[in-house]
Amino acid sequence: MVVKGNAYNLEIYKDNHTWQEGDFQVFRTTQWSAPGCHNGCGVLFYVKDGKVEKIEGDPQNGWNCGTLCMRCLDILESMYDENRLKYPMKRAYEDRGKNKWERITWDEAYDIIEEKVRYIQKNYGNESIIAEIGTGRNVWWQVPWGCFAGLQSPNQTGAFLSGDSCYSPRSSILALMSGEYLTSDMSQMLPDRYESNEWVVPQCITIWGCNPIMSNGDGYLGHWIVEAMKRGSELVMVDPRINWLSAKAKHWLRLRPGTDAALAMAILNVMIKEKLCDYDFIEKWTYGFEDIAKAVEDMSPARASEICWIPEQDIIDAARFMATAKPMAMHWGVAIDQQPSATPAGQALICIAAVTGQIDNPGGSLVTRSAYNISLFSQEGFEDNITDEQKEKRLGMHKYPMRGTGISAMAHTDVVLESIETDGASNDCEQYPIMMQWMQGCNPIANMAAEAPRVYDAICKVPFNVVVDVVMTPTAMACADLLLPAAMGSERDSIRAWWWPLRAISKITDYYEAHGDEQILLDLVNRLNPSAAPGTEVADWVNDLLANHSDADFDFDYLKEKVIVWPEWHYYKHEKGLLRWDGQPGFNTPTGKIELKVDWLEANGLSPVPFYEEPHESPYSTPELYKEYPLVLTTGARSYEYFHSEHRNLPTIRAFHPDPLVEVHSETCKDLGLEEGDWVWIENQRSRCRQRIKYNNGLDKRVVAAEHGWWFPESDPERLFNVFDSNINNLTTQCDIGKSGYGAAYKCLLCKIYKCTEENSVITPTAQVLDKGGFKYERKRLG
Amino acid sequence: MSANGLDNQKYGLLINYDFCTGCHSCEMACKKEFGLAQDQFGIKVAQYGPVQNSGKKWEFFYMPMLTDLCTLCAPRVAEGKLPTCVHHCQAKVMQYGTIDDLAEQLKVTPKSVLFAPKCC
Repeated sequence: MVVKGNAYNLEIYKDNHTWQEGDFQVFRTTQWSAPGCHNGCGVLFYVKDGKVEKIEGDPQNGWNCGTLCMRCLDILESMYDENRLKYPMKRAYEDRGKNKWERITWDEAYDIIEEKVRYIQKNYGNESIIAEIGTGRNVWWQVPWGCFAGLQSPNQTGAFLSGDSCYSPRSSILALMSGEYLTSDMSQMLPDRYESNEWVVPQCITIWGCNPIMSNGDGYLGHWIVEAMKRGSELVMVDPRINWLSAKAKHWLRLRPGTDAALAMAILNVMIKEKLCDYDFIEKWTYGFEDIAKAVEDMSPARASEICWIPEQDIIDAARFMATAKPMAMHWGVAIDQQPSATPAGQALICIAAVTGQIDNPGGSLVTRSAYNISLFSQEGFEDNITDEQKEKRLGMHKYPMRGTGISAMAHTDVVLESIETDGASNDCEQYPIMMQWMQGCNPIANMAAEAPRVYDAICKVPFNVVVDVVMTPTAMACADLLLPAAMGSERDSIRAWWWPLRAISKITDYYEAHGDEQILLDLVNRLNPSAAPGTEVADWVNDLLANHSDADFDFDYLKEKVIVWPEWHYYKHEKGLLRWDGQPGFNTPTGKIELKVDWLEANGLSPVPFYEEPHESPYSTPELYKEYPLVLTTGARSYEYFHSEHRNLPTIRAFHPDPLVEVHSETCKDLGLEEGDWVWIENQRSRCRQRIKYNNGLDKRVVAAEHGWWFPESDPERLFNVFDSNINNLTTQCDIGKSGYGAAYKCLLCKIYKCTEENSVITPTAQVLDKGGFKYERKRLG
Repeated sequence: MSANGLDNQKYGLLINYDFCTGCHSCEMACKKEFGLAQDQFGIKVAQYGPVQNSGKKWEFFYMPMLTDLCTLCAPRVAEGKLPTCVHHCQAKVMQYGTIDDLAEQLKVTPKSVLFAPKCC
């Protein structure tokens, strides 16, 4: 027996949108950025005199079932932080980097934007303007639409995330192999959740390359897995670090970072050699099984053991359990994306889900779409607003053909970077320079940009930059000419579908002149291309989406009153003819089956089956480098406190986690004369940064894990909040990605660590970048 | 649910530390409910591990402990609500109830602790 928590008092916690409770008006809604995250949890805002005074988790919301994480519980510090942006501001071009801002009105801001956009469109072409977004923010569908419909440029892109190393690698290979997205089933499609008769508790949950209880990535709430564990699920955990989940796992495979493809192929090797696959499913619903069997023939557990630094028997035992446990749910994360092998690793993982027959079955891997098929996430739907001729000018489309197959119509980040650096000479299409950046909800030099000092040079090189955000960030201080204040989750009307069910985000309060991301983009489109705008208010836009781009038969007012609405869910959709465009059984692929072997890839010069490629900088591929930098570096492990570069400005959160941490085995530290708590320099051939040691004796002694996203909001804005001092992306690199165009080595590099002393800390990384022209090394180029 | 003490019953929390993920939600919820200072906690999560004990098995667990600042959220409970830590616990490992009831549950709930704070 396990504790399941108490029942909530549903006489107090109602299921409508708003009610009075003492002095408070209570609003029931969904919180999704800003601040944070990938999720949209149900919350109750307690409002007095127009101001939010308290937040609680919404017990009537089947997504988070009343619970909240510490970031939402501390949301008042985010909303009423004294450094929040209150008004639109402009800054003279020559004052970039200086804290010299002039308050202007929204109309003045739009006048400036309109004048600049028209000038650039006329003299350079629409495509010379790029729009950038940050991961997981509630700008994911709005900015692409604003870019296509308003700026009428084909170039919307992730903010310098090298190799598009988040989600796109997985979603693009899933689109090719299965025509769909897959996500693990923790009952989240069913309103009765864990009590539903339709759901089956997974016997095995394979968690690969993520720590879902901290990261909550990809429209998924990680603690659902804990509920399944309470009900008997056992874990296979693939992760280089020990954490709470790997410590609890039945099988923990502690792989060397970046070797996922080899491990997945060895697991397939065992399943196939020992005839543990689901041959009925393979026969009916897959294509290319023989080719897969051949592709993994040479990847024995013994060979993978050497590559991955995992005992051979552990691989065999885990493979047997994954194959025989029914149902088996696969849950995979961003670590797959953040290696040059992203695409082949993804191929191998999808093969595991398919050959075990664990597709769209209760407790398995679900074929997942947005609720009511609302076309928010598939940004390709917004492309009607640009011409075919303009699409031909999207950066990276010609160099990397897989980009046309994915879930998003985005310009390739590394190609964009090189375009800026070469004034368009390196473009894989017509040559044109990048003249303007529209950056919304992103802070690349603090967070997602690999090789941050290089990206700093690039963003400062662009002649005109608009930044939309909630606080002053290092990115805004560095390069913004116009800075527009964005509203937080409770200050905007919006909608949340990613993935299921459909949820309303209701505007219940205001903050000075901050506007919602939707409103800003609507205003932009109404200024620049009014015929494309579905009205002037956000409600007009959402009603247009519901009426014309979804299966829903209700409007925004209805959704706001209900807050959360569950469409009817179907398992085994491939058997019922619910997936294909022609209504026939099968999957949305050319063969109608899950394509274990992808002929399209072969036709486009890529491997149709998974293969193993050693990380580009590793003990085996660069042995000379390894002598100088004898530790394998993985970056970006998540913490409960922070969503990427956010939340460092909140006193209560910060007190829990004041400093950037690098996890190191205590024996490695002992050999290096280091102790827990020491500040160390983490360095490689490109650059260095400093973080504090935290022991983790569950790491391989040859591997260290450093945090990302660190800047210091309490420090001098004109030093860009010291954004480079502890920035692990000083060490990562741009333009060294997988052949598919996907996957950069955020999680598999080399480094050394040594103690920070007064002597070796005279010139900080921030000083090196701002005062001394940056770090000297040869920057990589796309091949 | 009756308010603390009004029925002459003693109340407490049963916490199943087998599934506590150390997410700090209980700590943060408590701090915000009572406006506690940075170094004050009504509930504080302790940690053991990760450490490899006998038979190679890894042990890594968290356990929330109640401090003397804990009132079991008397004002909330009087309104018919749950203590805020129980309400928000992401792993739902906390049970609020009478000591008698929780003690019965404890008998069949391994890796659990029963807190009977001084206040209640």
